[in-house]
Amino acid sequence: MRAWLAPVAWVVLLVALAALLPAMKPLFSWVQPGTNNVIYTRDSFYLLLQSHIWLVLMSATIGTLVAVSAGIFVTRPAGRDFLPLVSQIASIGQTVPPVAVLALAVPVMGFGEKPTLFALVLYGLLPILRNTLAGLGGINPAVLESARGMGMSSAQVLFKVELPLAGRVILAGIRTSVTINIATAAIGSTIGARTLGDPVIAGLVNGNTAYVLQGAVLIGLLALTTDSLFEAVEKVSGRAFLSSKQS
Amino acid sequence: MIELKGVTRRFGDAVAVDDIDLTIETGEVCVLVGSSGCGKSTTLRMINRLLPRSSGDILVDGEDINKADPEALRLNMGYAIQSTGLFPHWTVARNIGVVPNLLKWPARKRDERVNELLTLLGLDPATDAIKYPHQLSGGQAQRVGVARALAGDPNILLMDEPFGALDAITRENLQQEMLRIQRQLNKTTVFVTHDIDEALKLATRIAVMDQGKIIQHDTPEAILRRPASAFVENLIGKGDRGLKLLALRTVGDLMERYPQPRKSEPCTDGLSEADSLRFALSVMVWQNSAELPVFNGAREEVGTVKREQLLQGGA
Repeated sequence: MRAWLAPVAWVVLLVALAALLPAMKPLFSWVQPGTNNVIYTRDSFYLLLQSHIWLVLMSATIGTLVAVSAGIFVTRPAGRDFLPLVSQIASIGQTVPPVAVLALAVPVMGFGEKPTLFALVLYGLLPILRNTLAGLGGINPAVLESARGMGMSSAQVLFKVELPLAGRVILAGIRTSVTINIATAAIGSTIGARTLGDPVIAGLVNGNTAYVLQGAVLIGLLALTTDSLFEAVEKVSGRAFLSSKQS
Repeated sequence: MIELKGVTRRFGDAVAVDDIDLTIETGEVCVLVGSSGCGKSTTLRMINRLLPRSSGDILVDGEDINKADPEALRLNMGYAIQSTGLFPHWTVARNIGVVPNLLKWPARKRDERVNELLTLLGLDPATDAIKYPHQLSGGQAQRVGVARALAGDPNILLMDEPFGALDAITRENLQQEMLRIQRQLNKTTVFVTHDIDEALKLATRIAVMDQGKIIQHDTPEAILRRPASAFVENLIGKGDRGLKLLALRTVGDLMERYPQPRKSEPCTDGLSEADSLRFALSVMVWQNSAELPVFNGAREEVGTVKREQLLQGGA
């Protein structure tokens, strides 16, 4: 239970802040004097938060499914020919900045949430794919040999041995991917998706630091919350054989 | 019974196993011995179809193994390897229970079997069962590996240098355990090793392999007495051949038995019936004695063994 203490505290803080920001007008007036509009009111912070989380959650789910299946496929006998190609794509993809993916998606898919989702999925794929390959590839060959020698079918080897053993590494990949995508989703506001990036963009365009601050604080908090959630999951799932080494 | 007929395995141009014929009778311990790269592990892995063979036939109890489903075939063959290959994310109990689980045994039968095997291999069902593999010593991990191979009560046991990575004392212990277990269970066993002493100790029959061929397939005694080639002679070592022969027989075979077991005085030094003649000779040399009393399991004196006898009739 103690592992969940930190993420719960972060969630409470995030929700509370989203509710309390409009009431903190004096503070923001001090940050941005000389104007009456110091609280972003075009949408409620809750709505933005919700839409932001939805985008990240959707992209992470799709990305995980695609990347893990691809990783599994290229490590089976049938797909092994594609392994060098896919692992090369996975590492090259990491060098493209997320903004570039977003910019490239617009001409193809127009403005709105769809291109944002597409860009998020695409960019989020790579860390998961890379970690899936590393996780599956890092399993001691003797363990796989004995699993087969015991009489497990290929599916049983995959689900009972390979995925559980690679799970922690794959989870770490998902964690990286989601954390990056929380930041990238905010940039989605530039192409018309409704996210916590809205106040930031509006603030930058209108020269309103208060707006920027409100968006940025919530995005930062969301990233911290998510990260501590993953940390808790990793701790709980890895507790059983914490110090086990695959050698 | 396992029969290999004209079995060949090629890796590209290299021939790893070259047209071998080998018959392993039911209940026999056949040890494949040879230097690394001689094809002994390859042969073993063809028997449970972890490797496909290039040509030839392998029959188990008269049935071609290629006709059976490979998973079903392997479920009936225990498999233990040098690096144990224990599943690091499972407890010892779950590791041992893997084949019973695959065979869909009821949970109670499986748990009983796991406890039985832990006891059989000298592990503690209460404390060791809940450990994870990384918490075990090398010897314990190997015991678990052997227990796991035995768990599904297979007819055939395949062992690929299971004790190769252990220190001498642990290896010796496990070899003794193996002999004891084999006396109890009588499994048809194919055992791969590069250690000729291990082979002589465990085998009912030894197949000496070199460059993918079987050079000699015979009982340990026959291999020692009549090595088929210079290679085999080299492998068994000319120097201590006599001692190795002595090691094959027990004191019980050679001693002069009393008509009635006698009560012995406590603290008398002596031999036990199950000791090897090699051990007996060593004790005699060390104690400079010409004759030693022999005790049975109940510490009764059942006979004596003389040095003269040992030297004349031992080997």
